[in-house]
Amino acid sequence: MSVQAPCKLKASDYKSGTKPVWCPGCGDFHVFLSMTKAVAELALPPENIAVVSGIGCSSRIPAYLNCYGFHGVHGRALPLATGLKVARPDLTVICAGGDGDGFSIGGNHLLHACRRNVDITYVVMDNEIYGMTKGQPSPTTAPDFDSKIAPGGPGISPFHPLVIALASGANFVARAFSGDPNGTTKILVDAIRHPGFSFVQILSPCVTFRPDQREWKQKVHPAPVETTSDAARAARRVMTDDGFNIGVLYKGSRDKYAQSVGNSVRHERDLDQEFLV
Amino acid sequence: MTDQAASASSLSIALFGKGGAGVITAGEMLLAAAARAGLYGMMIRAVGPQIRGGESAALIRLGHAPVNCLDDRLDVLLAIDWKHAERLLSDIELDQDSVVVTDPEEAEVPASITAFGPQIRELPMAELAAEIDGGRANMVALGYLAAVAGVSQKAVDEAIEKKLGRKGKKAVQASIDAAKLGCSRAANLKSFEAPNGSSDSRWMISGNHATGLGAMRGGIRFAAGYPITPATEVLEWLAPRLNDAGGTLTQAEDELASLNMAIGASFGGVPSLTATSGPGLSLMIESIGLAVCAEIPLVIINVMRAGPSTGIPTSTEQSDFNAAVYGVHGDAPHIVVAPTSVSDCVYTTQWAVHLAEATQAPVIVLSDQFIGQANVITEPIPEITFFSKRKLAEDIGEDFERYAITADGVSPMPLPGMPGGQYTADSLEHSPRAVPSGLANNHLEQLDKRARKIADFDYGQHWADIEGDGDLVVITWGSTTSVAREAIGRLPEEIKNRIRLISPRLLLPAMPEQMTAAVNGASRALVIEQNHSGQFYRFLRAFHDLPLDVQAMYRPGPTVFRPREIATAIREWSEQ
Repeated sequence: MSVQAPCKLKASDYKSGTKPVWCPGCGDFHVFLSMTKAVAELALPPENIAVVSGIGCSSRIPAYLNCYGFHGVHGRALPLATGLKVARPDLTVICAGGDGDGFSIGGNHLLHACRRNVDITYVVMDNEIYGMTKGQPSPTTAPDFDSKIAPGGPGISPFHPLVIALASGANFVARAFSGDPNGTTKILVDAIRHPGFSFVQILSPCVTFRPDQREWKQKVHPAPVETTSDAARAARRVMTDDGFNIGVLYKGSRDKYAQSVGNSVRHERDLDQEFLV
Repeated sequence: MTDQAASASSLSIALFGKGGAGVITAGEMLLAAAARAGLYGMMIRAVGPQIRGGESAALIRLGHAPVNCLDDRLDVLLAIDWKHAERLLSDIELDQDSVVVTDPEEAEVPASITAFGPQIRELPMAELAAEIDGGRANMVALGYLAAVAGVSQKAVDEAIEKKLGRKGKKAVQASIDAAKLGCSRAANLKSFEAPNGSSDSRWMISGNHATGLGAMRGGIRFAAGYPITPATEVLEWLAPRLNDAGGTLTQAEDELASLNMAIGASFGGVPSLTATSGPGLSLMIESIGLAVCAEIPLVIINVMRAGPSTGIPTSTEQSDFNAAVYGVHGDAPHIVVAPTSVSDCVYTTQWAVHLAEATQAPVIVLSDQFIGQANVITEPIPEITFFSKRKLAEDIGEDFERYAITADGVSPMPLPGMPGGQYTADSLEHSPRAVPSGLANNHLEQLDKRARKIADFDYGQHWADIEGDGDLVVITWGSTTSVAREAIGRLPEEIKNRIRLISPRLLLPAMPEQMTAAVNGASRALVIEQNHSGQFYRFLRAFHDLPLDVQAMYRPGPTVFRPREIATAIREWSEQ
């Protein structure tokens, strides 16, 4: 590791060298690649980036990057990232994880992270399955997906993350496909640059438990419409599209969360005064 | 009122009324006026579960020496009205020397009150208040009670001015006039003498605010929290003051979030805290383990209330000891401390910040509803300086190890922004280089390291308060300490001289060597605490091989311990 980061680094300079645990062919390899390209393009010094995750296959990503990272507990990546960004507004904070981590055990945090609008980028690698525990349905799994834990399918409607992000107030909403690293890089650059809470769903196939997702490469297509700043219009579009529209679907201009650690205006010793009878 | 009450070293008052009657406001003003008149005191709020319109009572005890707990009985019970009085006054005790003050226009004094045989005095508070434009019955009550306590009109006027000044001159004058009317009706009832010298250097502070002050003094600059009784005032007090000090407080969506926000902020290098009560602590437990594993400094204030589950949210209990000490899964060394009084909340919380920063570990502070929501009059609480500095990484080289195996178990910590220090803090077990590892040697060396930094830390003299050197040891902790201290003071000389009081401020890690030294020469010990299963007693037996006969006295909430209850237990035990 260099002591003084050069101004311009290659994407490969953002890799830690630790070998990923992912299966060969996993979509997360491409997300990882796109992430390194995005931060390289933004010329962000690695020490000024923090990548925060929860638990699951995709949540392993921080250790593979040569940035500061936090691999926390299942479902709590967003609050941890929120605390870090509020305490250290100078950092670029990226939160990453999977559909189980973000939409099930951590679902409530997604609503409030969107609403709070802290300036972080949340990347969800969505493969519609719990991979690390070997193939259980997640909140985005189709109702008829057969598995050991839910024979014949979970029988419940999948969660619609982008609509929920829009309804909750996310300031930037996009869908990407891991199999298109250049397109994903572009979206990530845009998401990191955009102030406030940016939500990027990346369709990232699980080749082991969802071999059917190999077909995603044929299914995805660029969103046929321009990015909108009208949340209602964006919500209607994603509610009615085929789930494979790729692109930046919404860009808002809501003020980002204002509270953060900053400068003192009063000495703490003054606090004593207020207790005088 | 008899001579006995007049000569007592303290005066106990209950001020009762339905919600909106302003008894808490009047109680706070009485306490402030008493402080200005040179007295010490304590006030506890007893409130019903209703948000508005419920009953409430201010339990006030004034004295010439610092007051740190309630007395057994009341000298004066003043009721602005008697609506739902039974619900709140179930644990009060009156006797024939007690005076009950009632408004003749209100309902009869309840039978449960008259059963004690107290003297009954009538005070037409509503009628007197109506004589003054903007006058209120609670201010009449304030003037009356201040006169009973021997507090000068000047001190009352100043207390009113300070509390209501913002509402304008008219409001202040109306209250002053109403208080004067109340005072005039109590002339022949004065039962206590206040010094009435000029004394405005004292503090009035609650345990929850004291906790906030200790946190600020310790250097906390980020807090996250979720509202919960009885801890909310810690958060509400901190929010604007953190902003002024260049920090911030974030209200989280739940306790899982608040703890993780604090972890994130502390990972970023900002000393961080959250405050909660039992149910919130239960939700936080998993992530406290994360702070242990990833070695993140963190302070968790737990203001205990009666449990389990939702329990009795507005009442006190010391029953989260087990959750705080044993709650985390895996082998998870961390620190648990407990303030021993309202004013000690400042010191213990500041110490907790110091311990967290120095050991890079989570520290749980076990306060409780009793001391958290009690207001006391105290001398100004002096500031103590700890170094409170994190061991940060310097000279980061090629082979930097975030979790380096060090002699004291503490590894230099890089902060985001430090070039070359990049690492991933991990909930997975890891190697010294912070790479996830399932290897036996990595697991063992990291477990050893994390245990060592807690076990070998020099906690100094702060680990316990030790008073006396008798052969009979009373061991207690937290809020019960103040009550036990007063109980011991009331014992006959021949017993009192044999008592040694030990109150560990540091609950975890156990300090077997220090405890053994502290009981040196003693023959027997009595452990006193407020829970249903003797949680600290069993911990003490498990981790300390004390050469003593150890017995225990414990009971649950919701009522606070009173001195006589503990004095009786100690006396009976001492005579065995």
